[in-house]
Amino acid sequence: MKNTWALTAIRMRLAIRNRAFLFFSLIMPVAFLFFYMGIFGRNGGRAAPYLLSDVLALTVMGSFWGLSVQLVTFREQGILRRFRVTPVTSSGMLASSLLSNYFMTLPTIVIEFALARWIFHLPSYGNVLSVLFMVTLGTICFASLGLIVASVTNTMHETQIIAQIIWFVFLFISGATFPFAMLPGSVQAIAVFLPATYLVSGLQQSLIDHTSVLGLGTYMASLIGCALIAFLIAAQLFRWDPETKAPRRAKLWAASAIIPFLLLGAWETYYGNLRSHALKDLQSIREPYSLQRMDH
Amino acid sequence: MISTTNIEVENLTKRYGDVEALRGVSFSVNEGEIFGLLGPNGAGKTSTVEIIEGLRTPDGGKVRVCGLDPQRSGDDFKFVIGAALQSTALPDKMRVREALDLFGSFYPRRRGTAELLKRFGLEEKKNAFYSHLSGGQKQRLALAMALVNDPRVIFLDEPTSGLDPQVRHEIYAVIQELKKENKTILITTHYIEEAEHLCDRVAIVDHGKVIALGSPRELKERSGAVTRITVRMAKPETNGALSTLEGVTECRTEADDYLLYSTRVPRTIVALVKHLEEQHNELISLEISAPSLEDIFLELTGRRLRD
Repeated sequence: MKNTWALTAIRMRLAIRNRAFLFFSLIMPVAFLFFYMGIFGRNGGRAAPYLLSDVLALTVMGSFWGLSVQLVTFREQGILRRFRVTPVTSSGMLASSLLSNYFMTLPTIVIEFALARWIFHLPSYGNVLSVLFMVTLGTICFASLGLIVASVTNTMHETQIIAQIIWFVFLFISGATFPFAMLPGSVQAIAVFLPATYLVSGLQQSLIDHTSVLGLGTYMASLIGCALIAFLIAAQLFRWDPETKAPRRAKLWAASAIIPFLLLGAWETYYGNLRSHALKDLQSIREPYSLQRMDH
Repeated sequence: MISTTNIEVENLTKRYGDVEALRGVSFSVNEGEIFGLLGPNGAGKTSTVEIIEGLRTPDGGKVRVCGLDPQRSGDDFKFVIGAALQSTALPDKMRVREALDLFGSFYPRRRGTAELLKRFGLEEKKNAFYSHLSGGQKQRLALAMALVNDPRVIFLDEPTSGLDPQVRHEIYAVIQELKKENKTILITTHYIEEAEHLCDRVAIVDHGKVIALGSPRELKERSGAVTRITVRMAKPETNGALSTLEGVTECRTEADDYLLYSTRVPRTIVALVKHLEEQHNELISLEISAPSLEDIFLELTGRRLRD
């Protein structure tokens, strides 16, 4: 445990010294916030909670992308193998990845909230506890998924291709960019099996509907379950050496991390109210206009 | 004095696909000894060391380091060893001081960062990023990191590979210092001079096997390698009589010099002096070169060691 904290501390320092890291984890999300809220948020803050939840979701999901690439770089440069002759364990190394990434994501989230409030008239912070839980669990879950990608791929090239494909799926059919309620029914049917969908919806419900932590219990439990499975598999498949290759069945193993969301997705398909939440939250943007019409 | 055996390797085998990397490697290293694995690239040196370090699992055979099994003893094993690995690195933006602090923090018993910086001549570089260090400085840092837990057994895998001669000698001095502290050191190298210069004993490894083992001196004495006697005379010899002198196995000419290869040096010299007197010739210079490990390697394998 002590080793994990020492590694976490040094990795945060390394991250701050890394310009590429600062660009992708701070500058880009903030630029995206200005772009997104600047274009679509010009109705006196009414749309701000909806847009902010998308920006937060993208920031949180960024952990998926960053961590896999970082870990593979460390492996390819022979940095990891030096730690192997020390008492550091694979789970200690992976835990330091998750923790340093989490602590480095929080400031970006706070800055996004502050900007949304001061510049784009965010009317309220929503249910702060729910937001904090969603951000925390989401960051750890997506980072763990990133670690899995790192552990089943053998070269940086392969890592980037696989991470990119999954990233695009998360980006476009989760509701983070195109609103879930506007996706075709067939795409929605697939989207209910993606962790990203629940992250986006959970953040929207926390910010717009002030849903409590308990109200988002199933989403959170699924994020925790997915993170746990992903972490255990990543630790199991962890390789210190660039020469050791991942076994073929590793990719199958890795896919089992998605099991909690297959269950949640199946439940959603039959009993769920994700769709109605998504529609209601999307309509929250338009409400003032419909009220004005009623006035006439 | 009875010396403790700190490293014991018995009949190690390892194959990578179709390649038999190790075909029964055995040796043992005593406490306070510098032991060298000498051989060309691909001979199996690194595989051997990495198995002893616990980085690889052998297909067969037994390894004990201070009585511990590298694969099963967990942290107890890691606390007694220190290693400078081949092909390893630190993150570019890690500072020298931070690296020593970080690796030191993993162990219950550790050496102070300040002491290590001083000892390895890195005080001025303590705040430098890893990526800004020269090759020699990186290697000195690697050695300092190998000592961070004050280990009993130290593994140095090609510690001077790719360094220029001056830096190499700096590293030798550091390694010899360690011997004074009674550390057990296993070093792999393909530099003959390194093995001769540093090692108490050497195992010559080729094609996954130990083909000779002993102190550099023993190896030279034991080998049938011949000593070269370089002679220059006032008048040239033309009749080939030199090659019939006692003990001479071969005679060659090189410019004005005659190179006599002898298995019995004292007798050859006596015979040479007699022969010159009979011929009324005069000796201008005489030089004796004992066989080097290089010659022994050549003799054992029919190949030369190269960088």
